[in-house]
Amino acid sequence: MSTHQTTTSSLHGMMAEFASAEELLDAARRTRGAGYRNVDAYSPFPVHGMDEALALPKSPVPLFVLIGALAGTALGFGLEYWVSVIEYPIMVGGKPFFSWPAFVPVAYETTILLGGLTAAISMLMINGLPMPYHPVFNVERFSHAMTDRFFLCIEATDPKFNREETKKFLEGLHPYQVSEVEE
Amino acid sequence: MASVAHSAPETHAPDEVVHPLIAPGNSYKSITEKISNVILSGKTPRVWFFWFGIAFLFVNILGLSATVLLLIGTGIWGITIPIGWGFAIINFVWWIGIGHAGTLISAVLLLLNQKWRTSINRFAETMTIFAVMCAGMFPLLHTGRPWLAAYWLMPYPSTMGVWPQFRSPLIWDVFAVSTYLTISAVFWIVGLIPDFAALRERATSRFGKVTYGMLAMGWRGSARHWHHYEIAYLLLAGLSTPLVVSVHSIVSFDFAVSVIPGWHTTIFPPYFVAGAIYAGFAMVLTLGIPMRKVWKLEDFITMRHIDCMAKVMLATGLFVAYGYGMEAFMGYYSANTYEGFMMINRMTGPYWWSYWSLIFFNVLIPQLLWFRSIRANIPALFWISMSINIGMWLERFVIVVTSLHRDFLPSSWGMYYPTVWDWGLFAGTIGFFLFMMLLFIRVAPIISIAEVRGLFAETRHGHGKKHGAEEVAA
Repeated sequence: MSTHQTTTSSLHGMMAEFASAEELLDAARRTRGAGYRNVDAYSPFPVHGMDEALALPKSPVPLFVLIGALAGTALGFGLEYWVSVIEYPIMVGGKPFFSWPAFVPVAYETTILLGGLTAAISMLMINGLPMPYHPVFNVERFSHAMTDRFFLCIEATDPKFNREETKKFLEGLHPYQVSEVEE
Repeated sequence: MASVAHSAPETHAPDEVVHPLIAPGNSYKSITEKISNVILSGKTPRVWFFWFGIAFLFVNILGLSATVLLLIGTGIWGITIPIGWGFAIINFVWWIGIGHAGTLISAVLLLLNQKWRTSINRFAETMTIFAVMCAGMFPLLHTGRPWLAAYWLMPYPSTMGVWPQFRSPLIWDVFAVSTYLTISAVFWIVGLIPDFAALRERATSRFGKVTYGMLAMGWRGSARHWHHYEIAYLLLAGLSTPLVVSVHSIVSFDFAVSVIPGWHTTIFPPYFVAGAIYAGFAMVLTLGIPMRKVWKLEDFITMRHIDCMAKVMLATGLFVAYGYGMEAFMGYYSANTYEGFMMINRMTGPYWWSYWSLIFFNVLIPQLLWFRSIRANIPALFWISMSINIGMWLERFVIVVTSLHRDFLPSSWGMYYPTVWDWGLFAGTIGFFLFMMLLFIRVAPIISIAEVRGLFAETRHGHGKKHGAEEVAA
């Protein structure tokens, strides 16, 4: 974005562009092997094996969904119990107020409702979306990451990051092009 | 460096052999361009305007029918005692059923790892959402005063201190359908995020860039994002699968929990779910066949997809036929006078024509799908799917009307004659559905770009480069 002189502090990282998913995967493995830790890969679709290549920690989304779904069961069933037994009991044909089999369908639906909403919302929150600005978009060719190109970015926060050496390292991976990512 | 635009596999599969899922000769770039050009090319086929105009006319008929209904009341409909559930419930069940194919394709087939779902799931999910919207209108309008439905249907602390009756299947229905709409929409939106990002980069107008940019929420295809995204998407599929089965089961409880002969039967939940999938696939084909032709999407919705859908229709059609057979058998075998009479009356009573047309449209005609040549014949498939659309509507007509019109007491027998307002509302929702689908095609990708790219990558690299496309088909 800005045209002022870029120093290491104003760099987000160093980015290399590749033409295929295999090349990106290979580059990610080698980057990690070289000791870089703050690395991210960008691709137009999920690349299989990338989670292992970047040693990404296990996603917490399933745990959140489990909690959300169980909360849904409890809330749905609790609501039915409270309405039918405590707040507004109606005697119908001598049936018990707490007729739990009849409460199953609604509790089932609220389980799925809260579980599903948690899946979507927790995914967005963990990913920090919506995000109006991110430095990687400053790389002119990055728009191709949404179509047919694959990018690997070593971030400046990495302890091993050094402008010259990192650039040299990425060039050694035979990318299409290496560019600096301005903050 | 491997070339991105990978060349086409040299050999073409003969017609007898399965077709590829993505036509040969495509690349990541061509996939993205071909799908997003439907929206971004700025060229709208003339036939779009034609159907959009017709659909808009029917949306107005819907508005008129709903307005008159709200001004005067449900007396303008043909419903009466004993047929208190007429078109409103028939259409509600019909529309909900149509929606089910979307969830089945997007969720169940994802869990079953059926790769052919990839290029039709977005389209089918979109259909689900609009079909459920159409379905939802009917019970709400059937209350006559939808603005009061809030406290009849939803549990909220009103000043009147009344609460819904949770032992009633009608309340289960409210929860099932509203959950279904919400989760289908969430699933659909999550799936759209990476595609909006692709459109953001390809849009040329400022308005397009800003709009798709906002909708994409800053998606940048990061590996960390995909990591959480994939698991969330899979979990949504896992949650939608029991949901889709539960929704039509609960819809069938509206009938099965009552004591009316013809409704009070335990076969209803599975038979309704199979019927829903049957109707849904028929609608996917009815709309998908013209769509792939008009927007030249034959590369992604190939003959293999169409063949698979035809087979699903054949299978679910047989479930449904079994259901009809079992209903007739139980009428005899239960030795229950009312059940037996109901079945004889369905076949030979005043509504005999509806029962036998149902058998004709829904059971006999679809048997043509056994033939490979029919499954490869696009016009034949279009008309068979149209026949199933009609057949499934007749099924609900038969269930609702013939069961109610002659119950236990001959003194309370009656007939049902739908009025022009019944037809107006029904035709209006078909117009609304078409209207929304046509609008959607113009603003968002009708095929999931990200997923087709992923499938393409798998076919290219997973099984050797040369015969990639065929490998998927195998």
